[in-house]
Amino acid sequence: MAEESDDRKPLLSKKLDKFFIGLNDAWIFVKRFFQEVFLPPYEFKEVVHQCYRIGVESLPLISLTGFIVGIVFTNQSRPSLSEFGAASWLPSLISIAVVRAMGPLVTALIAAGKVGSSIGAEIGSMKVTEQIDAMEVSATNPFKFLVVTRVLATTLMIPLLVMYTDFVALMGSFLSVNKNELVSMSTFFVQVFESITFLDVTSSIFKSILFGFTIGIVGCYKGYNSSKGTEGVGRAANAAVVMAMFLIFIEELLVLQIVNAIRGA
Amino acid sequence: MNLQEKVVEIRGLKKAFGDLEVLKGVDLDLYREENLVVLGKSGTGKSVLIKIMVGLLTQDSGSMSVFGKEVANLNKRKLNELRLKIGFSFQNSALYDSMTVRENLEFPLVRNEKNLTKKEINLRIEELLDAVGLPQTINQMPSELSGGQKKRIGVARTLILNPAIMLYDEPTAGLDPITCGDINNLILEVRERYKTSSIVITHDLTCAKQTGDRMAVLLDGQFGAVGTFDEVFPNADDERIKSFYDYNFINS
Repeated sequence: MAEESDDRKPLLSKKLDKFFIGLNDAWIFVKRFFQEVFLPPYEFKEVVHQCYRIGVESLPLISLTGFIVGIVFTNQSRPSLSEFGAASWLPSLISIAVVRAMGPLVTALIAAGKVGSSIGAEIGSMKVTEQIDAMEVSATNPFKFLVVTRVLATTLMIPLLVMYTDFVALMGSFLSVNKNELVSMSTFFVQVFESITFLDVTSSIFKSILFGFTIGIVGCYKGYNSSKGTEGVGRAANAAVVMAMFLIFIEELLVLQIVNAIRGA
Repeated sequence: MNLQEKVVEIRGLKKAFGDLEVLKGVDLDLYREENLVVLGKSGTGKSVLIKIMVGLLTQDSGSMSVFGKEVANLNKRKLNELRLKIGFSFQNSALYDSMTVRENLEFPLVRNEKNLTKKEINLRIEELLDAVGLPQTINQMPSELSGGQKKRIGVARTLILNPAIMLYDEPTAGLDPITCGDINNLILEVRERYKTSSIVITHDLTCAKQTGDRMAVLLDGQFGAVGTFDEVFPNADDERIKSFYDYNFINS
């Protein structure tokens, strides 16, 4: 829809007004997602297509990053643990760090950069070239086709990518431990699974779902509301990454508080 | 053309963007099987007019009635029903650039006519690509098409839902004179073959003369003149209309 300018007098200050109006717009956007996600028609084919794009096409980058994170974190932790004669605790330390925090966080930040920006740019470019209007005037629902499918795909695929990253990071860590401490694979993984709890796994999955939803909805929102031609598309892509990363850190902090409270109880 | 039967009736339509008043009380009628050309300089609100017609924008005041229904009063379902009767060909074609030509045409069809078999869908797509003279492009991506081809596919995509009204937003903008002629012929063929009423938005007088039964010249937010090409242009009294004519046919 064409941009309609707003000539109302500011209630607070122009910037504050803009902030609250933006917040309200974002809330309406999220609400619309939850209204439309359960209503037919369902775009299954497009959801599968987006899952492939978001999940499978992210695998090379996620694999490389996860593997390097596993090796680097193990190598960085070794000297400190060795100082106390606790190098044998490396698998436990790594597994807790990877499953609880690093796996979800690293995956989400990479996905925010790769997937969030691509969603923001794609939908933004469709917006400025009137492709979204073209869907609208042909009596189809662009929100359902573009937004609902992509948000569902990120929400489904990020948890799977996180599990994959956890596995790859642990494999990286195992290589390092195996080379330096001569620990076998079975010993390494026995220690890994002994250290992580049911709460660690469930909180990690819950966090990943939240991160996936955030990446999808922020990318779509920024793209759907982009304007001012190609410059606007660039801004939408950039804002999608920055905003998603910011929200991911806040969510990480909040979930950590909740999990710690549950763990303490 | 049936001058008895109005399909679109616009009365006192006003639209402003902030302080900028674009449409200042516009009156206009479109008759069945008529090709009406809306002319005017860039930024005079020509596209705004047809965007209000399909509910992409809403007017500030006045009435826009299509097939006797006030567009602004329609709920989402009724508006979509109306949109199925209106084909909108966008200025830049607005083809879905992640889809092939076939998928572009299939997209509105499968979502609005759910009982069609795969064979019927293919038949309809091939028929329309034949009608616009581009059957060979069926598996191409929009990025592989020329400007004129994109316009034709854009028209084919709007025709796939059998609209009764066609809206062409700057159909010849950015095209060479020969391709412009092809597009003008296509607009006439569409009217002949599909019995559509059309509004053609343009500032190209050659396109207007070739395709239009009537012209409506938008000046300062209101229609300065409405009539046939010969009634409106060659001997226009209004200096602005005269200069528009002179620029197109003498200076260009």
